[in-house]
Amino acid sequence: MAAEEHAPGATEYILHHQSFLSNKAAHGIVDFSVVNYDTVFFSVVLALVFFGLFWMVARTVTSGVPSKTQNFIETLVSFVDGQVRETFHGTSRLIAPLALTIFCWIFLFNFMDLVPVDLLPWLARGGGIEHLKVVPSTDLNATFAMSLSVFALIIFYSIKMKGVGGFIGELTLNPFRAKNWAVQALLVPVNFILESVTFLARPVSLALRLYGNLYAGEMIFLLLAALTLGKGLDFLISFGGALSLVAQVILGLAWSIFHILVIVLQAFIFMVLTIVYLSMANEHH
Amino acid sequence: MNINLTLIIQMFVFATLIWGTMKWIWPPILAAMDERQRKIAQGLAAGEKGEQALTEARGQADTIIREARERATQIIDHAQHRANELVEEAKGTATAEGARLVAAAHEQIALDATRARESLRREVAGIAVGAASKLLGREVNAATHADLLDKLAAQI
Repeated sequence: MAAEEHAPGATEYILHHQSFLSNKAAHGIVDFSVVNYDTVFFSVVLALVFFGLFWMVARTVTSGVPSKTQNFIETLVSFVDGQVRETFHGTSRLIAPLALTIFCWIFLFNFMDLVPVDLLPWLARGGGIEHLKVVPSTDLNATFAMSLSVFALIIFYSIKMKGVGGFIGELTLNPFRAKNWAVQALLVPVNFILESVTFLARPVSLALRLYGNLYAGEMIFLLLAALTLGKGLDFLISFGGALSLVAQVILGLAWSIFHILVIVLQAFIFMVLTIVYLSMANEHH
Repeated sequence: MNINLTLIIQMFVFATLIWGTMKWIWPPILAAMDERQRKIAQGLAAGEKGEQALTEARGQADTIIREARERATQIIDHAQHRANELVEEAKGTATAEGARLVAAAHEQIALDATRARESLRREVAGIAVGAASKLLGREVNAATHADLLDKLAAQI
């Protein structure tokens, strides 16, 4: 890893930042007795930020001349509404609010990545909290929670629109079809393997894409922070030290600006793919 | 990195958030936006209608103004005509009145002249009688010499 090329302590520093604020250490990959307090705390706070802002506007919403806040909220709402209308051709009262929630919530998750990487953990350490991960979308639990919820909705809409038989048929009768029933019976398992991979890839790719992008983004910030990590003033005023300080500032700025694009894009992709998957589930063949 | 209870909690938070958005946020905001869209459409339609009405009203106003102008011209013509008539009438009346006044004056003059002549005649007769009586030294009886006196007076 790149971290190992840096000064001693960089590895420890990065690993430290990778640790959650949990009730206890986990045993194995899946351990349902563990809770990441930081992820839950920040996602609930961000949910309240989203809900509070929108609710404040929704309560005083007017069809007359809108306030500037209402204008902003309406821009978001009509953007999401446009995306949903463009892709989703059924009628559903759920899809558009779902898309709005996904877009805003994920954007706020990702936005936490632009908060200076050590700021909140440093403040928390002042309060006696050793580990703190502030970006909920760098927690697989948060991204999978959303993608699995979407996955559940995909299954729900598929069965609702096509029936259980239609849903099973969709998984087993494509892409290979045969007139002869015996040949078809042989093709069913092949179809099922192919289709279920496609089907299961949806929630996994949704969750991992978001997680991977934000994890990588955070890692870059950590590596940039590690450039001058733990160095004294004598190093910073030396030629090499000054150079790394300048490099850190310039690269950090560049990456932050680039990251603004990434965080919006990831939120947008998650939202659009959700709409696409649900509209596919909602369509008759 | 592991999968843990956070997943379940996050799903629960997510579901609650979607439900809240669906119930309290999306419907009122979208309703307001639709309402505004409707209002704007109505406003535009009303504006178009108003413009049309304005064009119509302008046409009507033009017609009315043209009619009024024609009517005014007619009235002026009529008035001028009538004025001419009145002037002519007045001229006629004045001429007649003048002639009448002149005639009356002439008559009066003639009458006055006659009267003056009469009184003069009488005075002359008186003077003549006085003069004659002085010449003759006696009373001349005016009655006796009336026809003589009359002849005298007529000569004057």
